[in-house]
Amino acid sequence: MSVDGRVGLLVTCLIDLVRPRIGFAALRLLEAAGCEVTVPASQTCCGQPGWNSGDRPSARALARKVIEEFEPCAYVVAPSGSCAGMVRVHYPALFPDDGAWLERAERLAAKTWELTDFLVHVARFDQIPGEYAGTVTYHDSCAGLRELGVQQQPRALMAKMRGVQLKEMREAETCCGFGGTFSVKFGEISAAMAKTKCDHVHASGAGAVVLGDLGCMLNIEGKLRRMGDDKTRVLHVAELLTWEK
Amino acid sequence: MQIASMHFKERASRALADARLQSTMKRFGGGFVEKRAAARAAYGVEAFEELRAASAAIRDRALENLDAWLLRFEEEATRRGTVVLWAEDAGETCRQVLEICARHGLKKAIKSKSMLSEEAGLNEALAAAGVEPVETDLGEYILQLAAEPPSHIIAPAIHKDLGEVSDLFEKHHGRPRSDDIARMTREAREVLRPQFLSADLGISGGNFLVAETGSVAIVTNEGNGRMVTTLPRVHVAITGIEKVIPTLEDLSTLNRVLPRSATGQEIENYFSILTGPKGKGDADGPDHMYVILVDNGRTRLVGGELQAMLRCIRCGACMNHCPVYQTVGGHAYGWVYPGPMGSVLTPVFIGLENALDLPQAATLCGACEVACPVMIPLPALLRTLREQQVERKLRPWAERAALRTWAALATRPRLYALATKIGARALRWMGGRRGAISRLPFDPGWTQGRDFPAAEGKTFREMYASRRTESRRSRP
Repeated sequence: MSVDGRVGLLVTCLIDLVRPRIGFAALRLLEAAGCEVTVPASQTCCGQPGWNSGDRPSARALARKVIEEFEPCAYVVAPSGSCAGMVRVHYPALFPDDGAWLERAERLAAKTWELTDFLVHVARFDQIPGEYAGTVTYHDSCAGLRELGVQQQPRALMAKMRGVQLKEMREAETCCGFGGTFSVKFGEISAAMAKTKCDHVHASGAGAVVLGDLGCMLNIEGKLRRMGDDKTRVLHVAELLTWEK
Repeated sequence: MQIASMHFKERASRALADARLQSTMKRFGGGFVEKRAAARAAYGVEAFEELRAASAAIRDRALENLDAWLLRFEEEATRRGTVVLWAEDAGETCRQVLEICARHGLKKAIKSKSMLSEEAGLNEALAAAGVEPVETDLGEYILQLAAEPPSHIIAPAIHKDLGEVSDLFEKHHGRPRSDDIARMTREAREVLRPQFLSADLGISGGNFLVAETGSVAIVTNEGNGRMVTTLPRVHVAITGIEKVIPTLEDLSTLNRVLPRSATGQEIENYFSILTGPKGKGDADGPDHMYVILVDNGRTRLVGGELQAMLRCIRCGACMNHCPVYQTVGGHAYGWVYPGPMGSVLTPVFIGLENALDLPQAATLCGACEVACPVMIPLPALLRTLREQQVERKLRPWAERAALRTWAALATRPRLYALATKIGARALRWMGGRRGAISRLPFDPGWTQGRDFPAAEGKTFREMYASRRTESRRSRP
């Protein structure tokens, strides 16, 4: 099935900087799902660091920029629950007393999706291009799970993929301790929370932990490596779904 | 109670280094979460969500006309023989209780669990005035022996393991040491029984104030609350002014959501609705009943951005579900109320400038909000407090500068592209062969406890642009 209208890919600042291959994996999935994808070149950051740190003016400035960049698209898709959640849930909250911007924010919010949510519910995509051999466990990222209801979507997509064996870990829905700026303001607590998460990953016996957000990815991968585990793969769900054996 | 909320980080650090505390918390942390989930499933998930919404609506209805409902409560309670007093702050609360003690010549107070009593520092005030306070909730009793504050609002001694309690009992009861829980509980009963019988004052909190009947509703699991409120000749209930609800029907709704959210019980072991002192022909009850309605900062929330916090019915679900609380424990928060609800209430009660870390000490994961029985948007309230901190310039200079710089960069795409181009290369180079960075320059705290994964080396932007150019070139 194809999707009507252009899909704007909100790459996210962390993928742009640290893991471009996840951006390309998302692009490939969207194109495989029959979407015409556009990637606004001037995009930078959705404004979440400012918003969660109490700096509303800077969050607003970045939100206006994103709204302008993505307004022409029929859909906005982000390979991140927290960035998609920022647009969908928090952009309207940024402009309570600015009628014109509030309306534009609400319009953009209504057409913004997290990647797996979009693939399952809008594109009704089931021809997974990737192939993988091994066990994985899935970490539910907080914003995707609780702001957008992303839970079954990535699992449904993985279930349609050959070779993936899902082994659920304990407390898959518990925060990994990233929390944006929390991870540096309270580095010690954040790392201790990541340790708990990594222990659950290990206890699951899976060879890879799959997730949908770069923040969690950096946190969990960073902790696994510090714990001396160079083996357990940490994969974004888009990477897994486009995996080539 | 001493305020140590400014030292959250240091206290959290100590808690993380405390192996015994860590093992205790790991063992008990998940229990309440699982029990609540089971209770919710048994009630029916959809029905439970409707119950939450109905409970939030009841609390909002009460808060929207708080003054009117409080006056109605006062009128109805007074009509039924209860003396209603008002206290503006902690000091006045203690003074009111001490005046009651003086008026009736009271010397020994048995207490059932009350967080407001912690807020007011009532035990210290009583002791200083020569009235002996005896905590009778088992957890609070243990903490009174240990001279420690509670670390959880419904399970105050959750940070203590069996061995620590055995040590305390041995030291204070002068009996042979035991680590048999049934035996220890019996021992506590035996020690407390004469206290119950000899006390002339009973002090309780109140879970709800029912305006239409002037009643104080109290839920407990140990039965001590019932004895505290009926055995001594004087009963004083101290509660926050926000605890008022309009009707008994409302109480019935809220008492379906409270135990399920708190401990996963369908109903508490003891549920008391106390309306006035002992009447003619009554077999039990105090000769005098007082209710002290305490403000202590609560009116500051009325009508403001944080008003939803006053819906709180003190079930503890937010801290049970909070991964930060479960990692550092309740004492790290440094005052009476820990966890997410405490991180909102503490700055309001003791001043934003005296609890700088608390609104920040959350990952905004939202687990508290979805568990809250009265649907308090805790992450949004924490964010509001963060905004207030920024507006009042209470955050460190370096943090404000970093955020400003980030925003300035991110609103200038060309400059941003250049900066990230350099950044991506640096983050690749620093990762070396391992692909993981063990020390970042200017790092305020990431690499202390974990690596930072290396970047790929080029930004998505660069790679996407060159791909586009290539594909254009290769087209005929």
